[in-house]
Amino acid sequence: MADGVLVRISDTLWRHPRLLVTLLLAPPVLWLGVIYLGSLFALLAQSFFSIDEFSGLINYEFTLKTYGELFKAHNLDIIVRTVTMAAAVTVGAAIIGFPVAYYAARYARGKWKALFYLGVMLPLWSSYLVKVYSWKLILAKEGILNWLFETLHLSWLLNAYLAIPVIGGNSLSVSSTGTFLVFLYVWLPFMILPIQASLERVPHSMLEASGDLGATPAQAFRTVLLPLALPGVIAGSIFTFSLTLGDYIIPQIVGSSRRFIGQAVYQYQGTAGNIPLAAAFAVVPILIMGLYLWWAKRKGAFDAL
Amino acid sequence: MHSDRAPLGLKIAAIGGLAFMHLPILLIFVYAFTTEDKSYQWPPPGLTLQWFGVTWGRTDVWEALSLSVRVASISTIIALVLGTLCAAAISRTRFFGREVVSLMIILPIALPGIITGISLRSAFNLADIPFSFWTIVLGHATFCVVVVYNNAVARFRRVSGSLVEASLDLGANSFQTFRYVILPNISTALLAGGMLAFALSFDEVIVTTFTAGQQQTLPIWMLEELVRPRQRPVTNVVAMVVVLVTFLPILGAYYLTRGTDTVAGQGK
Repeated sequence: MADGVLVRISDTLWRHPRLLVTLLLAPPVLWLGVIYLGSLFALLAQSFFSIDEFSGLINYEFTLKTYGELFKAHNLDIIVRTVTMAAAVTVGAAIIGFPVAYYAARYARGKWKALFYLGVMLPLWSSYLVKVYSWKLILAKEGILNWLFETLHLSWLLNAYLAIPVIGGNSLSVSSTGTFLVFLYVWLPFMILPIQASLERVPHSMLEASGDLGATPAQAFRTVLLPLALPGVIAGSIFTFSLTLGDYIIPQIVGSSRRFIGQAVYQYQGTAGNIPLAAAFAVVPILIMGLYLWWAKRKGAFDAL
Repeated sequence: MHSDRAPLGLKIAAIGGLAFMHLPILLIFVYAFTTEDKSYQWPPPGLTLQWFGVTWGRTDVWEALSLSVRVASISTIIALVLGTLCAAAISRTRFFGREVVSLMIILPIALPGIITGISLRSAFNLADIPFSFWTIVLGHATFCVVVVYNNAVARFRRVSGSLVEASLDLGANSFQTFRYVILPNISTALLAGGMLAFALSFDEVIVTTFTAGQQQTLPIWMLEELVRPRQRPVTNVVAMVVVLVTFLPILGAYYLTRGTDTVAGQGK
């Protein structure tokens, strides 16, 4: 009897593939649609409200005043600082990541290939906080980096560097350079994987052909390989850029007191209780990433993901 | 370019890059054994095993660990169900709104975690839902769906449709076909996706800070220690253990999906 029902259900599903797809999709779409998109829109809607300066209560009337506040000097500063940091981290990650990806894709074979693969995968997946923590150990005043400079009698060099305004500071652990290093370290694997994927798709015969046609290895690299690898670099930059834009933990633990977008969002929604401004701030990375993704799509970066 | 030997400069840069990614993690292993407990002094003045014992006896660490494991387990199960359903639907048919659905799955991981975090938090506030074990799970399951989905959808594409048709022709109903034909074919992909989802949830801190209230998962515990260090040696030991424990699912997922066109973990 129970079997009969099952068979009938089974037949119905087979005869009506649309019903099957609907049934399959209903749970995930409901979950993500209600829980995730619902809360996301609820938050974004609040960015059109404002906060009453005297009572500190939210005024539920449509206004663009909160967005106007983003353009005040100190808030604009936060946005510019965050975008600059994201760009610097992206460039740094591309420079350090490219040789790793290139070697892994072109030259590593057999055991070395697996080693390179896991060598990127393990740091990618190891705990984010542990990675940040390791840099707290490295950059500490009594830590290994200062010890290294001292042992090599190069402390004067480090001090001269730290004396530079903006990128310097009292010590590496409270300087923008420190923040940059941690960001670079934590997001680097996200840059390497897409570059490697795009490089692996370049047929070897193309490089041989360019060599046969008289290109030096340097020319072949610049005119053949690099343009073909560019979508991979852009795909990687989507990660490094977006992850840096939204992070609020790294600059809080390693860095100066100058704030980033993530920290501003965190403080406005928490201690300040200014949800409308926090929501308006949250729109900034969404907008920037929207523009960035649109540009990346035009450059063909999505095929390299 | 003509030979298969890499130029020396490239070799150095590549190995240097790998070293940059691994040395900081290895450093933690040394710090777990240091006798110094007031600062991050390097080189360590002496080596000891005592902190392992101290950590073992700490109930707050055990409670945080237990909460993390429970949250990650439940979130993984939810993500496995939702991700597989979605992958099955997306891979077998082209329907209207397909792009919208795949965008919706990727969005929780594509947007910065802080946005997901405050969205959920303000939604909980609006709906008067108190923070609990389940509010953490709700957030985690949402962004874990994408890893399961990525692994499953790649495998579904390789399971040929004729296999399913053959099974139905031979008299199996849809449920039997799922149980005896589809499931064995996608099981390793699901296992890999599940392991990665577990690792993702186990490590998550940004969304959790907004949905946990007063409860401490292991990453929240770590974060507290990072901001206000109380007992550094215990943190060192916990950090080292976390590294070792997260390596296992990654290695496992790698061996399970090795040799397939899409390797697990690229969609973190």
